[in-house]
Amino acid sequence: MVPLQAYLILSAIMFIIGAMGVVTRRNAIIVFLSIELMLNSVNLTLVAFSAFFGDATGQVLVFFVMTLAAAEAAVGLAIVIALFRRKQTINLDEINIMKW
Amino acid sequence: MNIYLSDILSNAPMMIVTVTALVVMIVEATHRTKPIITSYVSLAGLVIAALFAVSNLAGEGQSFGEMVRHGGYANFFGTLFCVVAIMTVILSRDYFEQQKYHRGEFYILLLFTTVGMMLIASANDLIILFLGIELMSVCLYVLAGFIRTKERANEAALKYFLLGAFSTGFLLYGIALIYGAVGTTNLLMIQNLFAVVSNNPLFVIGAGLLIIGLAFKVGAVPFHMWVPDVYEGAPTTVTAFMSTGVKAAAFAAFITVFIRTFDFLGGRVNELIALLAAASMILGNIVAIAQTNIKRMLAYSSIAHAGYMLSGIAAGTLDGQVGVMFYLVAYTLMNFGAFAIVSFVERKDDKNLLLDDYIGLSRQQPFLAFLMAVFMFALAGVPPFAGFFGKYYVFFAAIKSQMTWLAIIGVLASLVSAYYYLRVVVLMYFREGHADVVSKPSRTALAVVVVCAVAVLVLGLFPSFIIQVAQRFF
Repeated sequence: MVPLQAYLILSAIMFIIGAMGVVTRRNAIIVFLSIELMLNSVNLTLVAFSAFFGDATGQVLVFFVMTLAAAEAAVGLAIVIALFRRKQTINLDEINIMKW
Repeated sequence: MNIYLSDILSNAPMMIVTVTALVVMIVEATHRTKPIITSYVSLAGLVIAALFAVSNLAGEGQSFGEMVRHGGYANFFGTLFCVVAIMTVILSRDYFEQQKYHRGEFYILLLFTTVGMMLIASANDLIILFLGIELMSVCLYVLAGFIRTKERANEAALKYFLLGAFSTGFLLYGIALIYGAVGTTNLLMIQNLFAVVSNNPLFVIGAGLLIIGLAFKVGAVPFHMWVPDVYEGAPTTVTAFMSTGVKAAAFAAFITVFIRTFDFLGGRVNELIALLAAASMILGNIVAIAQTNIKRMLAYSSIAHAGYMLSGIAAGTLDGQVGVMFYLVAYTLMNFGAFAIVSFVERKDDKNLLLDDYIGLSRQQPFLAFLMAVFMFALAGVPPFAGFFGKYYVFFAAIKSQMTWLAIIGVLASLVSAYYYLRVVVLMYFREGHADVVSKPSRTALAVVVVCAVAVLVLGLFPSFIIQVAQRFF
């Protein structure tokens, strides 16, 4: 059987890859995909703990997270499309009319 | 787990707002060309919900299988959120008419945001807390970019969305690790097991990630990057709503998790929160001085105010909690009033948003200028107004918890803040020149602002009322 630690380490690595992706990539869609990767790494953690404890709470939360990710995708892509219609670009470096 | 009628009745305010939102969805579909009808229906629902919330302030308890705590603390914030939403609905009508973008969907999104905020304040389980925060945020991403023909609004929505979703990842990872350390997500059970788990590294890391996630939502330095851009780009009434109601909801989550449940991991975490507070107060106030756009200036000021309130959270005592709750009420009233006046002065296509556009406002609209001056003095923390007592309570709580340095930074930072708040007053009263013609706001909208101003004064003269109510909810 795969030990709990293995799942936790894998999901931590996934989470860090996702967070690095958000910080380094400049395409709005790729950034969004990286965020989804972060959410899915959390799902993995939750499922691992849930199986370890033999308790359903973690898996219930996973369903909520998946629903949220779907809702967020709908809203996020709609925003990206609205912006693309105005500016013809989704490169985050070029989306900068407001700056201090 | 069964759901009983009593569960629904004891959470009446939240249920009423939810049902109103669903009704408004249908009304909006059948009366697409008359958004005014949707605005009246949402107003009616929110008023009823607010009345239910006030009437049930005393009856505390748990419902929905211990997932939700109703009454008391939840209703205190529920009332605040409903009042903010009511004021936003009233102002939005004029504002969006003037921007030529009045749509019924606005009210649906606003109502669902309010439901999310109320869910946060009544959470007794990390799952509910998470659901509330996300229901609120997802609706807000859309509201921030509501005028979708405006490039600035699109940009604000995208920035808010990406950073908000990013912070959700941290929040969620924190919740997952806490679940792993404790084996439950129920806040009361976590509180009972707290002594056992508080040294577990998983739990400490989880709490740290939770702080990052929540600090993003309240807009504290160093997680504040989105605040100025989003507050500037969003429609002004939405900014008013975000900077008051949504900030209050995020602080409700902070209090629920860190003061009511965690007891600060034996004092290790409140040092960290104190650092966030100090950084927010210093950076928010100093950068606000350099701003030329009034919405952006108020955005940085709201970062600074998040810092003041975080020093109450860092105190981590009943005094701190009461101070933050009082500050939230006071801050909501004065900041909403200030943004409301900005929305009166603003013209289509982001005209009249610069500080220089306020030159000579006292001659053209003496009453508006007077109200703006009241809010500016209140935000600066000048004594007869509520802002002063808010600061007094949070800093006093910090001193009592041996954080005198934090209170000193806070007082110095608010001295700096007086400069840019009073500059607005100087521009309005003592500078020659005349602003563009500002049309008179409608009577209902003006009434909202007058109510805010009077409440700021009354709370400043008799602060004990809110304090006594807030003291009961530890």
